[in-house]
Amino acid sequence: MTRQMTGAQMVVQALIDQGVDTIFGYPGGAVLPIYDEIFQQTEIKHILVRHEQGATHAAEGYARATGKPGVVLVTSGPGATNAVTGLTDALMDSIPMIVLSGQVPTFMIGNDAFQEADTVGITRPCTKHNWLVKETDKLGDTIHQAFHVATNGRPGPVLVDIPKDVQFAKGSYVGPQQADTKHYAPRVKGDIDAITALAELMEKAQRPILYTGGGVINSGDAATQLLRELAKATGFPVTSTLMGLGCYPASGPQWLGMLGMHGLYEANMAMHDCDLMINIGARFDDRITGRVDAFSPKSKKAHIDIDPSSINKVIHVDIPIIGDVGHVLEDLLRIWKSRGRKTHKEGLAKWWTKIEEWRAVRCLSYKNSETVVKPQYALQRLEALTKDRKDRYITTEVGQHQMWAAQYLGFDEPNRWMTSGGLGTMGYGLPASVGVQVAHPDALVINVAGEASWLMNMQEMGTARQYDLPVKQFILNNERLGMVRQWQELLHANRYSHSWSEALPDFVKLAEAFGAKGIICSDPADLDDAIRDMLAHDGPVVFDCLVEKHENCFPMIPSGAAHNEMLMGDASTEDAIDTKGAVLV
Amino acid sequence: MSTLKIKKGTSKHSAYDLKDPNADIIETHTLTVIVTNEAGVLARVIGLFSGRGYNIESLTVAEIDHEGHTSRITIVTTGTPAVITQIKAQLGRMVPVHEVHDLTEEGPSVERELALFKVAGHGDKRVEALRLADIFRANVVDSTLESFVFEMTGTSEKIDAFADLMRPLGLQELARTGVAALARGPAET
Ligand SMILES: Cc1cc2nc3c(=O)[nH]c(=O)nc-3n(C[C@H](O)[C@H](O)[C@H](O)COP(=O)(O)OP(=O)(O)OC[C@H]3O[C@@H](n4cnc5c(N)ncnc54)[C@H](O)[C@@H]3O)c2cc1C
Ligand SMILES: Cc1ncc(C[n+]2csc(CCOP(=O)(O)OP(=O)(O)O)c2C)c(N)n1
Repeated sequence: MTRQMTGAQMVVQALIDQGVDTIFGYPGGAVLPIYDEIFQQTEIKHILVRHEQGATHAAEGYARATGKPGVVLVTSGPGATNAVTGLTDALMDSIPMIVLSGQVPTFMIGNDAFQEADTVGITRPCTKHNWLVKETDKLGDTIHQAFHVATNGRPGPVLVDIPKDVQFAKGSYVGPQQADTKHYAPRVKGDIDAITALAELMEKAQRPILYTGGGVINSGDAATQLLRELAKATGFPVTSTLMGLGCYPASGPQWLGMLGMHGLYEANMAMHDCDLMINIGARFDDRITGRVDAFSPKSKKAHIDIDPSSINKVIHVDIPIIGDVGHVLEDLLRIWKSRGRKTHKEGLAKWWTKIEEWRAVRCLSYKNSETVVKPQYALQRLEALTKDRKDRYITTEVGQHQMWAAQYLGFDEPNRWMTSGGLGTMGYGLPASVGVQVAHPDALVINVAGEASWLMNMQEMGTARQYDLPVKQFILNNERLGMVRQWQELLHANRYSHSWSEALPDFVKLAEAFGAKGIICSDPADLDDAIRDMLAHDGPVVFDCLVEKHENCFPMIPSGAAHNEMLMGDASTEDAIDTKGAVLV
Repeated sequence: MSTLKIKKGTSKHSAYDLKDPNADIIETHTLTVIVTNEAGVLARVIGLFSGRGYNIESLTVAEIDHEGHTSRITIVTTGTPAVITQIKAQLGRMVPVHEVHDLTEEGPSVERELALFKVAGHGDKRVEALRLADIFRANVVDSTLESFVFEMTGTSEKIDAFADLMRPLGLQELARTGVAALARGPAET
């Protein structure tokens, strides 16, 4: 069944038919017909951001916190180019997002028209797919395809560029059922022979580890449940990447903490010494592998991933399994159970003894202070005062604070932790917290921030205020580009080139100027009360937590080093990175 | 979507032993990719190669099914075995890509290229050019009193060889189509 309507009406109709209730956007000349339709309806809530980059990160936060795709609407030219960072961020972190952009009318494309940009050209490498729609008759179909592509297989961002004349013209609209989506159908079921081979290895493994990642969260709640069941049934230890935090509960007995460059000692040592590594929805990122030729030299490796290009890209694996985590784990559990639920009990017991020794190193301990707030302490207190809140959602900016948040905050559920992992986008956290709070209006949403990152998209405080979103901006203010400063200390002989945050604003006044509450804290003795103050306030808060300026984030695997060559808190950092490591990032 | 032939359990070793032995082996592969013939599809494929630092030795593209809107892209590329595998996986995951075949790996295939050679000269050189063209079964598709345009179809090596011979005889311009290739025998359906 097709219906006649204008292109602008089709956009709104298609969003409604896709079950969208919220979009993030910013108007302009090339999307006015769509905004006119938005004005005349009530089913879709439009959140007016302050910058298109903010819209994309808000949509990412919304998507990660709900499991639904995030939707963004921007105008042509600068509206579209401002969305590029968010598109790239979503591509790197496999976040489903649909960006609809306005374009100059079809008959003006190529003429350097006002606010014309080659949006599909610019966004081709930073989207999973994109479309320029030149006929109104194809618009409905294309938008449905866009949702299909963004959410199926490895999720990712897509963009639909819609010229203004296409929005005005009438055409026939097709619904989601009639849309032509069949040719994009990534495989979700894993190869049974490979899964059986993995079950065999699991029976014999004496030093196994489950290396989980963002793919578990992408796969959905069922995958999380199956992972937990697998861990419980086998007794295998579990670690996770930055992107997978929460898929196995941090309070669970088999949790080793995050792995990787700033991961926990026990997690990295277990990865290095294991004899069976089961990668479930992670992508052997360079923050994980360190020196590739020294990565877990004694293990057999299995890799479950929906994207064939993730397999054998960085690390050669013995058992590749292409498929969706949920589907594969279901088969794996069934096969392993039907073969008698065997594990190498003795080997496992010894393995856990070894792991306990590593745990006893207590790699996250740090020297606390009575006079200055240590950033680690600030996060420990934040954790202590909020961990009972089942509805706690954390976003972060990028830098040391992000890593400390990953180390010191515990997540017992998936979709509670939104961070920019692959692209490492400073300025992600505040708009992401806005998106999360829009999705969960009554939840506790905290953005753990560094002052430098936070300034990159601070205009979104206006959005928070406008929509009464009580987001808490917990800024660990070290007056430094801390992560950069740390690398300069380790690599460039303390030459701190431009890694200061100078001329910082008064964050309390800034908060007040936005109509939010401002809190400042510099004394560890006041910290608990100040945090309670923040939590008690029914509205957005900017919390300026003045912390130790020169704290380094440990543990750390220096670039170019192996997993068992970690720098610990009290280690000497001189010459930690050799000249070969220095060229790496 | 294509199903990619990534061999499972190809090795009993871990990454530690495996990374290096293959790193220096550079192979040449001919890939054939069936894509939806939509706007920008060629830019997408080329962008993949430039963006990820892969090599393109030759690339040809043309629509092969007008009603089904599909085109065949034939790409000759070089790289280590791991890179070649990545290229195929990266092509396979693109939304408008229907099939990826590695003709070099999947059995015997035929590869052909068409080339046009403009050769100008007088006297002995002109006679010699014509004689060699005959031996190579090149056709004369244009001739003036001082020049010829030869047309030749063959493997890339044959075209290279003919070009080398024509150079001292007055080769002025050369146009090549790049490789088109098909697997031998009936198509799998
Ligand atoms: C300053 C900084 C420091 C960092 N340090 C660390 C660190 O110490 N440790 C760390 O872990 N990270 C760190 N990161 C993050 C790191 O850069 C990567 O983003 C992260 O490690 C990647 O996580 P992942 O492997 O889980 O993959 P993701 O990026 O989450 O990718 C998911 C993988 O799962 C697959 N997948 C998706 N959906 C499915 C499905 N349904 N079924 C099966 N497979 C699926 C995808 O194809 C992909 O291969 C850091 C980032 C920054 C900015
Ligand atoms: C947009 C962007 N520009 C530059 C960088 C490089 N970078 C990574 S961390 C960092 C410093 C972040 O400082 P801050 O937000 O204060 O956090 P801290 O490390 O001090 O906790 C910089 C500049 C980046 N990740 N993103």
